[in-house]
Amino acid sequence: MEKIAVLVEHRQDEVRDITFEMLGKAHQLVGEGGEVIALFLGDPSQKGLLDAITPHAHRVIAYLDTNLKNFEPLRYQAAFSQIFENVDCQLILMGQTAFGMDLAPAVAAKWEIPFTSDVVDIEASDGDLMAIRQMYSGKVNAKVSLKAGDKRLLTVRAGAFPAEDIPTVSGEVQEITGAVEGDFSARTFVEYLEAAVGDVDITQADIIVSVGRGIKDADNIPIAEELANALGGVVACSRPVADKKWLPKERQVGTSGKTVKPKVYIALGISGAFQHQAGMKNAGTIIAVNKDPKAPIFGIAHYGIVDDLFKVVPALTEKVKGIKG
Amino acid sequence: MDIIVCIKRVPETAEADLVIDGTKKAIETDDLVYSINEWDNYAVEAAIQLKEAEGGTITVISVGPEENNEVLRRALAMGADEAIRLTDPAFEGSDAYAMAKVLAAAIKDMPHDLILTGVQADDDGFGATGVALAQMLGLPYAALVTDIKKEGDTLTVHRELEGGLEEVDTLKLPALLTIQTGINEPRYVSIMGIRRVAKKEIAAKGAADLGLSENDVGLNGSMSQIEELFFPPVGEGAEIIEGTMDEKAETLVKILKERGGIA
Ligand SMILES: Cc1cc2nc3c(=O)[nH]c(=O)nc-3n(C[C@H](O)[C@H](O)[C@H](O)COP(=O)(O)OP(=O)(O)OC[C@H]3O[C@@H](n4cnc5c(N)ncnc54)[C@H](O)[C@@H]3O)c2cc1C
Ligand SMILES: Cc1cc2nc3c(=O)[nH]c(=O)nc-3n(C[C@H](O)[C@H](O)[C@H](O)COP(=O)(O)OP(=O)(O)OC[C@H]3O[C@@H](n4cnc5c(N)ncnc54)[C@H](O)[C@@H]3O)c2cc1C
Repeated sequence: MEKIAVLVEHRQDEVRDITFEMLGKAHQLVGEGGEVIALFLGDPSQKGLLDAITPHAHRVIAYLDTNLKNFEPLRYQAAFSQIFENVDCQLILMGQTAFGMDLAPAVAAKWEIPFTSDVVDIEASDGDLMAIRQMYSGKVNAKVSLKAGDKRLLTVRAGAFPAEDIPTVSGEVQEITGAVEGDFSARTFVEYLEAAVGDVDITQADIIVSVGRGIKDADNIPIAEELANALGGVVACSRPVADKKWLPKERQVGTSGKTVKPKVYIALGISGAFQHQAGMKNAGTIIAVNKDPKAPIFGIAHYGIVDDLFKVVPALTEKVKGIKG
Repeated sequence: MDIIVCIKRVPETAEADLVIDGTKKAIETDDLVYSINEWDNYAVEAAIQLKEAEGGTITVISVGPEENNEVLRRALAMGADEAIRLTDPAFEGSDAYAMAKVLAAAIKDMPHDLILTGVQADDDGFGATGVALAQMLGLPYAALVTDIKKEGDTLTVHRELEGGLEEVDTLKLPALLTIQTGINEPRYVSIMGIRRVAKKEIAAKGAADLGLSENDVGLNGSMSQIEELFFPPVGEGAEIIEGTMDEKAETLVKILKERGGIA
């Protein structure tokens, strides 16, 4: 692959990490002599964001128009009509994020660009590419090939590639001017809503006891609370527990919840989907209790117990209470 | 308001020991228990709540074999009015793009003000079918929806972004939304409820009925193809603590003390 284009993801005047993760992978794939192209769509007032990107792309195509201030897929699609005329590249990367999931499948369908989603690795082989993606909540990987086409499109899972140590090159900025045209009234951005603040801030805790769907019922939450109290920690949870309102949303750990970095994170009955891992993988020590020895959580945990949490937790709580007297 | 909900029947795999089959392209499914895709259950509930407020009809559609009637009947018992199953050997091997083509072919001739899909399927997890379908039908759409309000022909929706942030958008009907878990509390389905709809006719349509050729769907009509399944490399992995329950708890306490896990 000689030319790879990366769609820059930015929100609330910040370039998001996924952009650098994709740029890093793109550099690795194009190798010497290839070209990494960053596509930046935004308002003219956001031009300053380019400073972070230009050093890491051979070429930055910046489409600056007041119509592009916020992420709005209809406007982005209209802008792509212009960009696709001006840019030739064999591969386009977007994030498998709230932004990319709301855009990429429509772009693929509209321009019939061969596409697959939520890719965790990309292998170049004999001038062609293979995408590695996960199925069954991370229990199985699939090697996927794409149909031939002059362009291909992949969405990349956040955190799959490092955001650090990206090659530095001297990038040139090429601006596209001219209004993004079309009737965009069918979907309009209104505003952002910040997350509600709860009574307990799990991001500040040193010790977290986190429960997943394996806790089975709201009535069982107290066994986790008792352990957390004995340890001097707080209770957090995976998404299904918050979805079912067994614990408030502010206790949810993961991509759509909080990112935590406690000294110790104890995961009880949590399978370890990547959206959950993204919120806790940097904890100092991760201890997982799960009945299933193949649960992906054991892949990132430091210590594991393969057993029923309803046996492990009471035994542990009792021992901890014992030593604390 | 006429609402269409796309629902998938998926294997429950969180606690299952998965085995890759002889073709290396699929898993063995004989011993797995199936149910409605979690996201789609929330989508059906969202449709029912809108119907309760606005009136109208709900049609549920599922692509797949006869067993998919189970999830369709479940949705009927929850409150959907009609169910359609799309099935054809030619659909086999479809990726999200081809699956969207199948759904689009069926939906384009049905009255629809709103189409709901799940954000993603629990098994393949492309997270792509809904948005591709919207594009094919030429409808405005929003992905990852966690709240819906309707006023006249305008919807105000919340989209879930990362880190707890949400985005508010307005959409003009007809439109498509992909529904995120937690948007509501799906109602309970009783055995009685299922029995009540057990005799309801569920029409099945094939590729020819939908005006689709073999080149439109299945592997031919897909953009991607699975070459091989394999288990993720295990890496370092966790040190597994063994022993009696008492010994396990004892070892854990020791680790917790060393690692700052006891305040
Ligand atoms: C856009 C998007 C954003 C998301 N954001 C998040 C997020 O921020 N945070 C998040 O957590 N998820 C998020 N998810 C959901 C994620 O994909 C998973 O569905 C979710 O993390 C699964 O939660 P779980 O591990 O609790 O449940 P499951 O995957 O159902 O796992 C339950 C586990 O409990 C074990 N178990 C059951 N009984 C017992 C027992 N008695 N003793 C011991 N173990 C037992 C099982 O073996 C299993 O491994 C998101 C998904 C999407 C699509
Ligand atoms: C190579 C390959 C071979 C496959 N072979 C088969 C096969 O033989 N038979 C088979 O049934 N599947 C098969 N699948 C899976 C199937 O095609 C997927 O359902 C499709 O790729 C959509 O992706 P997804 O399920 O991950 O949905 P996502 O893109 O994650 O979207 C989820 C939403 O789309 C809707 N949706 C998805 N699938 C259906 C459906 N079947 N009916 C109604 N609504 C749906 C639901 O609303 C769901 O919430 C195969 C997939 C691949 C990649």
